[in-house]
Amino acid sequence: MSGAYYEKLARVNLTTGEIKIEKLDLDMAHKFIGGRGLGTKILYDEGVATVDPLSPENKLVYITGPMTGAQAPSSGRYMVCTKSPLTGMIACSNSGGIWGAKLKYAGWDAIIVEGEAPQWTYINIVDDKIELLSAEEYVGVMSEKMDETLREKHGADASVLNIGPAGEKQVLLAAIMNDKDRAAGRSGVGAVMGSKKLKAIVVKASRKNLDNVADVEALKAANKRALEVLKANPVTGAGLRQLGTAVLVNIVNSIGAFPVRNWQESYYDKADDISGETLAEKYLVKPGACHRCPIACGRVVNVNGKVVGGPEYEPLWAYGGNCGNNDLNIIDECNMLCNEYGLDAIGTPCTIAAAMELYQKGYIKEEECDGVPLEWGSTKALVEWTKRMGDPESPLAWLMSSGSARLCEHYGHPEISMSVKKQEMPAYDARAIQGIGITYATSNRGGCHVRGYMISPEVLGLPQQLDRTVTTDKAAWTKTFQDLTAVIDSMGHCLFTSFAMGAQEYTDLLNAATGTNYTAAEVLEIGDRIYNIERMFNKAAGMKPEDDRLPKRLLQEKVANGPSEGMISQLPLTLPQYYEARGWVNAFPTDETLKKLGLDECVGK
Amino acid sequence: MIEVRVFATLRQGREKISMLEAGGLRTAGDILAAMDIPREEVSILLINGFHKRPEDPVKDGDLVSLFPPVGGG
Repeated sequence: MSGAYYEKLARVNLTTGEIKIEKLDLDMAHKFIGGRGLGTKILYDEGVATVDPLSPENKLVYITGPMTGAQAPSSGRYMVCTKSPLTGMIACSNSGGIWGAKLKYAGWDAIIVEGEAPQWTYINIVDDKIELLSAEEYVGVMSEKMDETLREKHGADASVLNIGPAGEKQVLLAAIMNDKDRAAGRSGVGAVMGSKKLKAIVVKASRKNLDNVADVEALKAANKRALEVLKANPVTGAGLRQLGTAVLVNIVNSIGAFPVRNWQESYYDKADDISGETLAEKYLVKPGACHRCPIACGRVVNVNGKVVGGPEYEPLWAYGGNCGNNDLNIIDECNMLCNEYGLDAIGTPCTIAAAMELYQKGYIKEEECDGVPLEWGSTKALVEWTKRMGDPESPLAWLMSSGSARLCEHYGHPEISMSVKKQEMPAYDARAIQGIGITYATSNRGGCHVRGYMISPEVLGLPQQLDRTVTTDKAAWTKTFQDLTAVIDSMGHCLFTSFAMGAQEYTDLLNAATGTNYTAAEVLEIGDRIYNIERMFNKAAGMKPEDDRLPKRLLQEKVANGPSEGMISQLPLTLPQYYEARGWVNAFPTDETLKKLGLDECVGK
Repeated sequence: MIEVRVFATLRQGREKISMLEAGGLRTAGDILAAMDIPREEVSILLINGFHKRPEDPVKDGDLVSLFPPVGGG
C-alpha cells in the first residue's frame, strides 16, 4: 500500500549535473514514516555521519512526510536533513509555508542533493521535470528579493526556497528560507547549501491536492475529528491566532524562567515592553498562516512602514531580554534582517548576547568592535552586528557568525556560551523548569526546545499541569514528548497541533492516509526508533557521552533574581533516569534496545 | 495590598495591574470573584510566580498573575 507517498526520490549530483530518479523503499518509509525519520535513516545508511559537513560528500535531504500537503490540519511542513556544520551531528530543520506541499504535489517525496556545483546554481522543479540553472547573477541577493525575483521569472504560482548572503558565505548560523519568511532555521543547514553553491530550489506543481491517499473517506473523518479537537482547544482554537507564540513572553517571565543578559538573570522587569500583548497593540497587521493551517500563529507586522513576517517568541526573547533590550521595534527589524540575510533567529541573537557578556567582562575589547561596541541593550549593536554576522568581513564578525560556542572558546571562556552541542539554547531557563533541561541536554540536534517541548506540561498545563520545580517523572515525560515529536515531524504536521491533538489523532490520520494499521503505541515506538537512529548517527559522527550536558552556569550558578531565585538544574539526577527510560547506557542505546526497536543495522556499531 | 496582573485576552476591559486590599480576600478564587473574572477563563494562575489553584490562599503582599489558555514555542 503506497498511499500518501509518491514513491519517488530525485538524487541531484551538483558536481556532475546528473539527476537520478529513485524509487522510495516503502517498507523503510513505513518503518520511519517520512520527513525527519526517513531523512535521517537515508543519511545514516549512506555513511554521511563521518563526512566533513561543508564538503561535497555531505548530502542535503529535502524531505516531505506522508501528510505533507494532505487534507489534514497544519500539514505544510518539510524538513532539511543533513550533517550539521554547527554541531557536527544530525541536523533536521523543519519549516512551514507552502514549499513542502508543492514539492509533494509535484510528485516528489524527497530531493537528495549531493556534491558541489562548479558555479552557483539553482534547481527548478516543474512537476516531474527537474533542471539545473545558473544562479551566478544572483550571488549576494537577499533572501526575500531572491524569492520575488524567481517568482517573477518562473510564475507567481512557483514557490521558492533559498539562502541569503549568510548561507552563501557558509556562516554556521545560516538558515534556509522559503516563501519569504519561513525558515528551516537551526543547525546551520543554510551553510551546507552554500557549500554546494546551491542558491535556491523553485517548485511548481500542477496538482493542488494529494491525490493518492489510501482511504479518502477515512482521512476525511480523521481530519474532521482533528479539526474539531483543534477548534475546541482554547490554545489552538483562538489563543495562538490572537497573540501568536509571543504570548509566552509574559508568562515565562512571570515564573522567573526568562533568561536575561545571556542567562545571568532570569526575570526581566521590562518584559511587557516586548510582549505579545504589546506587539499586537503596536505593530500587528494581521495573523499569518502556513498551508492548510487553522491555527494561524504567524505574525504579520509593520516594521518602519514595511509589512513583513513578525517575530516569534524566541527572537523576542533573544533580541530582547537576553540582550538587555526592551525596544520592540528594533526586535522586529532584527528579525526581518535575519530573514533577509538567512540567519537563525535564535542562534544569531544568542551569540550576540554571549558577545555582550564577553564585552562586559572585558574579554572582547572595544577596538575589536569596529565602532559598534557590544553594550547591553544597544539597539545600534543589535542591528549592526546582525548585518555583520549575515555577511561577515571583520575577524570578530566571522567568529560571531560561527556561533557562541566557537566565539567563547576563542576567547578562552567556553562557559559563557549558553549552548548544548554547540547550538544555542532557546528561551526557557532550565534551572527554573526541570524537565526542559533534560530535553536540552539530550536533544540530538543540540540546544533546542522543539525536540520534546516540556514547557507544555510544566508551564502551560497541557495536557496536564506538572510541577516545574520537581524532577519526579520528568525523565519519562520527556521521552514520551520526544518520541511523539519525532512522529509529528516525520508525518509532516506542525508541532503546534500537539497542544490539542494526541497520539491517537495522529495515528488515525497516518493510517487513513498511508493505509497502515498502526496502534497509537506502535506509532510512539516509531518515534522511539527515530530518536535512536538519530542518536546512532551522532555516535558515528563522534558524539561523546559528555556532549549530553548543560552549560556549567545552569548546574552551578543559582538563578539570580525573580520568582525562581535560588533554583538550579537537577540534571545530574534526571539524566541517569532518562537513560534508563530509553534503554541507553552512557548516552547510547544498548544492542538490546536497538534490536527491540528493529534497528538491527545499528547493532554493534 | 495584593497586586494582580492580568495578561493576554484577560486585559480586554481591565487594567493590566490592580492593587486590591487584602482584607476579606482569603483565596485566589476570591480575587477572581472580586475582579469579575470567570474561573473558566483563567488557565494559568500564579501566586508569586508559582502555579496555584483558585482554592489556594492569598495574603497581603502577594503578586497574583492570571493568564487565559496560551501556547507557543
